[in-house]
Amino acid sequence: MSGRYLHADPTLCVGHRLCAEMLPELITLDDFGYPIISPDPVPRHLGRLARRTVGACPALALILDGNPSRRVRRHQPRPGASPG
Amino acid sequence: MSLVATAAPGELRVPRSGPWNQRLLAGPKLGGPEPLADHASRLGGGITGWTERAGAHQLLERVRRSGLGGRGGGGFPTADKLAAVRRHGPGSVVVVNGSETEPAAGKDDLLLRIRPHLVLDGLLVATRILGARRAFLVAHSAQAVAAVEAALRERPDVSIPVEVVRGPANFVGGEESALIRWLEGGQALPRYQPPRVVDRGWRGLPTLVQNVETLAHLGLVVRLGPEWFRGAGVADEPGTMLVTLSGAVEAPGVYEVPIGTPLPEVLYVARAEPGAVALLVGGYFGSWLRASEVQGLALSRSSLRPAGATPGAGVLHLLPQGTCGLRESGRILAWLAAQGARQCGPCAFGLPAMASALNEVADTGSEAALGQLERWGDQIEGRGACRHPDGAVNLARSAASAFPDELRRHRSGACSGPRQSALPLPLGRDQG
Ligand SMILES: Cc1cc2nc3c(=O)[nH]c(=O)nc-3n(C[C@H](O)[C@H](O)[C@H](O)COP(=O)(O)O)c2cc1C
Ligand code: SF4
Ligand code: SF4
Repeated sequence: MSGRYLHADPTLCVGHRLCAEMLPELITLDDFGYPIISPDPVPRHLGRLARRTVGACPALALILDGNPSRRVRRHQPRPGASPG
Repeated sequence: MSLVATAAPGELRVPRSGPWNQRLLAGPKLGGPEPLADHASRLGGGITGWTERAGAHQLLERVRRSGLGGRGGGGFPTADKLAAVRRHGPGSVVVVNGSETEPAAGKDDLLLRIRPHLVLDGLLVATRILGARRAFLVAHSAQAVAAVEAALRERPDVSIPVEVVRGPANFVGGEESALIRWLEGGQALPRYQPPRVVDRGWRGLPTLVQNVETLAHLGLVVRLGPEWFRGAGVADEPGTMLVTLSGAVEAPGVYEVPIGTPLPEVLYVARAEPGAVALLVGGYFGSWLRASEVQGLALSRSSLRPAGATPGAGVLHLLPQGTCGLRESGRILAWLAAQGARQCGPCAFGLPAMASALNEVADTGSEAALGQLERWGDQIEGRGACRHPDGAVNLARSAASAFPDELRRHRSGACSGPRQSALPLPLGRDQG
């Protein structure tokens, strides 16, 4: 099994936070109580726990599949400008 | 001319000619829809002369060699998108996206009103390449709907059913998956992808969503060829693009500009007022360029990238002397926050929080609020079902870094910008 990734469908996620409690290695919460999921492939030793967490999400928002994370950062600091 | 030359929505749709070669806006009679007879005689006959001579594969190759990129904001290669839908075989759906929900934009609406046959040519080409079975054309205004319906009655060559509808009024309704839901009879709310709409779109069918202007170029590419198309623009971004210019310019409206044209030249042609503070490039998802930065930059992705900007869907707004970029950004961000579909936590809660922080920055120059902006921007980016929050975060970041002098002044309690608004943020229909 190569590269499995964890995602949350944000239109379904209601911020139960359960996932962050079950899988803190890969899921943290933002300041608003919604999960931030690691964009890296799920490490082998966390595979089982990741599947269990997906099954535990009450909103059925979690997805484990072969699609790499869509969370690509566009942000690049502006050269020569610092705020203030 | 008043200091704050806020373009009324009507003014945004005025076609303007510059010193540049015109393609989409070429030809006489820029006042109303060009009749089919004029269109055909100007361009050497009906489009079917070209689409029937070449096979679908040849047509697609022509598009690929032209290097045409999407004009709806993302610049995605049109040939790649066509190929992604074509892979599924015939029976797909085409959606012409003219919803143009951005308040400071007017190019697609103008094109549909004065050059509907250019857009229908492009639709026909796309249909032929895909073997599509039906199409939708979504227009922003009632006038555009009427112009397209009248044009369709002149077009027996468009043989698949084309439904012409007035688009959703909410800002995110122009996003492709939202538009498809709306066309299915649902609410105009984006959905989480994948599956991508090219694979599963309208009623589960593979669907091509293409911007109005992109299709207008597509028709000309097939008529005049890829080499002709590459005769304007820059090597990796060929062609012209429509630009909606507003703000501190004496001649606001829609210009057709070769990609790669220096920004100062564009502003000169539109008769920019002296003393302007900054230029908003790429609309409400866009970035601010300080007046001093504009020198040396051109209207292309490659030129704007190092400055953290992109041309987007061609919306340019010049901020007049005496206005405050921080304050204007705060207003836009609050508006964008309210326009979110409230489906996704990071967007529904994060954007309003960022808007408050930015307004606090504008009021007091608070370091703490600046820190929050940065932190929340990093947290929110990429975590909505659609790119709406990403665009809003981009604007907030740009505001926080583009106005260091204003920040210093606000910190010492001396904002010199009067609180007038320069940017159109519509109420009424568009709020709705
Ligand atoms: C929030 C949001 C709003 C959008 N609004 C529009 C719009 O009004 N018109 C448009 O053509 N594309 C809009 N887009 C982009 C579309 O999703 C889609 O990418 C585009 O229509 C594709 O056309 P193109 O490849 O020809 O550029 C929007 C995207 C987002 C994220
Ligand atoms: S458990 Fe499910 S609903 Fe709760 S925060 Fe995690 S993904 Fe969202
Ligand atoms: S990210 Fe925002 S605008 Fe996009 S679908 Fe989610 S709530 Fe709606």
